[in-house]
Amino acid sequence: MSGSEGLSIHDRPNSYIGRSVPRPNLPRLLKGRGSYADDVKLPRMLHAAFLRSPYAHAEIVSIKTDEAEKVTGVFRVFTGDDIAKVCSPWVGVLTHLEGLRSPPQHALAVGRVLWQGEPLAAVVAESRALAEDVLELIEVDYKELPPAVDMEKALDGDAEVIHDVYENNLCWERNVNQGDVDAAFAASEVVIEEEYRFGRHTGVTLESRSIVADFDAGEDMLTLYHSTQAPHMKQALFAKHLDLDEHKIRIICRDVGGAFGLKAHAYGDEFATAAMSMVLKRPVKFVADRMESFLGDIHARDHIVKGKIGVSKEGKILGLEIDDLTGIGPYSVYPRSSAIEINQVLNLTGGAYVFENYRARGRVVFQNKPPMCQYRAVGHPIAISVAESLVELAASAIDMESMQMRQLNMAADDDYPNKTVTGIPLENLSHQESTTKLMEMVNYQEIRNEQAELRSNGIYRGVGFGALIEVTNPSPAFYGVGGAPISAQDGCSIKLDAKGNLIVGTSVTEQGQGAEAVISQVVATAVGITPEKIKVISGDTENTPYGGGTWASRGTGIAGEAAVKAGKVIRNNILDVAGILLQSEPETLDIRNNQIVDDENGTERMSVAEIGRIVYYRGDTLPKDFQAEMMVVQHYLPKSFPFAFTNSVHCSHLEVDVTTGFIKLLKHWVVEDCGTVVNPQNVDDQVRGGVVQGIGGALYEECIYNDQGQLLNGNLADYLVPMAVELPEIIVGHVESRTFESDLGAKGAGEAGTAGAPAAIMNALNDALRPLEAKLTRQPFTPQRVLEALGKV
Amino acid sequence: MTNRIEINTTVNGETVSRMVEPRTNLVDFVRYDLELTGSHVGCEHGVCGACTIRLNGEIVRGCLMLAVQADGGLVETIEGLSENGKISDLQEQFLIRNAGQCGSCTPGMLLTADALLESNASPTRMEIREFISGNYCRCTGFEAIIDAIEKTAQTRQKER
Repeated sequence: MSGSEGLSIHDRPNSYIGRSVPRPNLPRLLKGRGSYADDVKLPRMLHAAFLRSPYAHAEIVSIKTDEAEKVTGVFRVFTGDDIAKVCSPWVGVLTHLEGLRSPPQHALAVGRVLWQGEPLAAVVAESRALAEDVLELIEVDYKELPPAVDMEKALDGDAEVIHDVYENNLCWERNVNQGDVDAAFAASEVVIEEEYRFGRHTGVTLESRSIVADFDAGEDMLTLYHSTQAPHMKQALFAKHLDLDEHKIRIICRDVGGAFGLKAHAYGDEFATAAMSMVLKRPVKFVADRMESFLGDIHARDHIVKGKIGVSKEGKILGLEIDDLTGIGPYSVYPRSSAIEINQVLNLTGGAYVFENYRARGRVVFQNKPPMCQYRAVGHPIAISVAESLVELAASAIDMESMQMRQLNMAADDDYPNKTVTGIPLENLSHQESTTKLMEMVNYQEIRNEQAELRSNGIYRGVGFGALIEVTNPSPAFYGVGGAPISAQDGCSIKLDAKGNLIVGTSVTEQGQGAEAVISQVVATAVGITPEKIKVISGDTENTPYGGGTWASRGTGIAGEAAVKAGKVIRNNILDVAGILLQSEPETLDIRNNQIVDDENGTERMSVAEIGRIVYYRGDTLPKDFQAEMMVVQHYLPKSFPFAFTNSVHCSHLEVDVTTGFIKLLKHWVVEDCGTVVNPQNVDDQVRGGVVQGIGGALYEECIYNDQGQLLNGNLADYLVPMAVELPEIIVGHVESRTFESDLGAKGAGEAGTAGAPAAIMNALNDALRPLEAKLTRQPFTPQRVLEALGKV
Repeated sequence: MTNRIEINTTVNGETVSRMVEPRTNLVDFVRYDLELTGSHVGCEHGVCGACTIRLNGEIVRGCLMLAVQADGGLVETIEGLSENGKISDLQEQFLIRNAGQCGSCTPGMLLTADALLESNASPTRMEIREFISGNYCRCTGFEAIIDAIEKTAQTRQKER
């Protein structure tokens, strides 16, 4: 036992916690030396291209592939029936979401196609270009069926029922009723009702979904080079549906070019690629192009929410009610389901506030559009936009500053642990300190003064806020209890090499957010080794401990704590050897800057490299009954709380051109409390990147469909994403309320930006237009919609 | 499918002779024929800038140029510019400022930033924003990238 045993990681000397250490994996990316799935080139590798349905709903009467198969260089054409022989269908439900239903879904459509873009056949050829050429030679006889496109009509009696095994298009419904909402509204000074719409948008990772499947018939082993954010989950899924043992599947995801939730789901074209490799016993590559990304990636949002709030004349929230309807495409997505987003909306609406009376209904309906599933900030932008808009409208109605009303309804910072209105435990939040800090950063009064002055010149500026709680560090309550093979625990392995370096394996993945840097900083601190002597390995099911991967803002909080634990264990193991060699009690020693030192005064005694040399090459000099263990693994699972909630608050300042309808974002501020900040620059950039994705949904991004279920803007020229010139400077501040559940104390920081930005922007926009009596509640707020609200078009 | 055409180019200082299909675009040629995978493919219709490559000293969209158009030309990719040190100060600032997250846009962004600083040694932040507005980044929110480019310009100015 060493002198620092039992001490918190926050008490370690030479700490790297709270330092903006450059990310160790970034230099290779800056040199173009990354290794993404599409960079993989294997001997005898073939290329797949998929035939996708041109219709939103049609019966496949027949498919003729013989002309396609005659082409030189084509190895095989697969239909849905061919793939179904080797890949079993899946069902995207979670058992803890009672009543959630979805029919079996095949990797490639069998019998019917249910959305425009659904894959139904594949060509495997010696090049991708050839495979695409040959798609045109596949003859499909479709019988068009009426599509159910409009989610508002999906439950009508005369609606086309997509799955005839069900009586209607309802996928799931949940109702919440806390307190007495009707009495609360009756007792309110003002009651505000509003309807909010959130367009369907999508993730648009710059690196599209990619997979290289390499089935080795010699070992019956399937290696998948795969752009994913949940390798162990994917291993379990591929094993189950391709009927292989899990240890016969290895998932390797080296560099991942953005994920944002989009790469945590099962996709038919990816399963088909693996199946085709098994049939052909050769490597097969599939990389989605941008057009098929728009049709094949999961979509997100697509909600219509009716909201109602009642407040007292003092500004207390007395009651809140929402009715949310969302269209999720023809299937609930496997394995996380397409009901989690609406479940989050019901759980989180008004979550920043203390109130007692809440009623909510959420309905999830099937429709003939691409499947909808979890994308960054799942449900949060909807819940937060609705609640924060209602709060600002109510504050305006009682002539109160909206931030004052928020603070009145937020719990005191010392009033935790606490619970949301639906009973979800909140451990430790800082709404009061965070909102106070935000108001100091914003210089609110100056903005108001300027606003009044400019209005008299016909310039319309607005300022708006969005306060929120965010789900991070989920326990098995999120997915595991519902039966999905999704791990909520994570692991960290650490091996000391003979030169005193540490080789660290983590079960979370790196897709740009800095997971490897965070793990490296934590290990460096816990052990006493400098970061340049630490190599972190991630994204390989054969070489890392088992774990969940990187999603739901869980990497730092969960895998970071596993790294703390593993670091403490190997430190002690190293000090046990040092104690023997130095004839000192291990607890009088410490490791600092790669040296064994006297704990008391820091005097250097020997190097950690020397320990490595002796353990590996001169074990004969150690006692007979002593075995050094220089490789350790530890795991961590949050158990005390189902989630580690964080809080944050946004402010948006913008200007509306009332002639053109264009919105110019002037500045955006965020105060974020994610507990312990391991790498401040990383966290700030996570927040900024998140804000910009929130801006995308609020102002630009929308998958536009016609009434036949045809996507009208499925390319990057017509689907607008935020680019540098449209964006404001984003100022980020922090409050640190650690979670006491772990030693590290870190919560997640990946999604609060996306969660809160749309609310702040909507409120700022409506603040700007208030003197013109115009109001917008339908995202994205395009110039067209602004002009419509102003009555100009 | 079609007759291949011989092209001769200089790529990152090396003479390259290959037979290519006329329809092969420049970024596919660089990535798959030459195995220089640092240039990325994001949209294949000229919007995202991930495939930015230098051809005869000018940045081009590798997805909007055909490989045959590089015949007789001088091609430079992120790998070459990293090896010869031309953008090492930009890369250093990108590292310090965390101006690349997933790394998909990063090579194209670096080549675009380099082209900006060649034409405008001390751009304003708005000029930087405008110049890189043909390069899509989904991760950073762009601010870190703008900071890194601005810092590089300032450092170059001081060192003059």
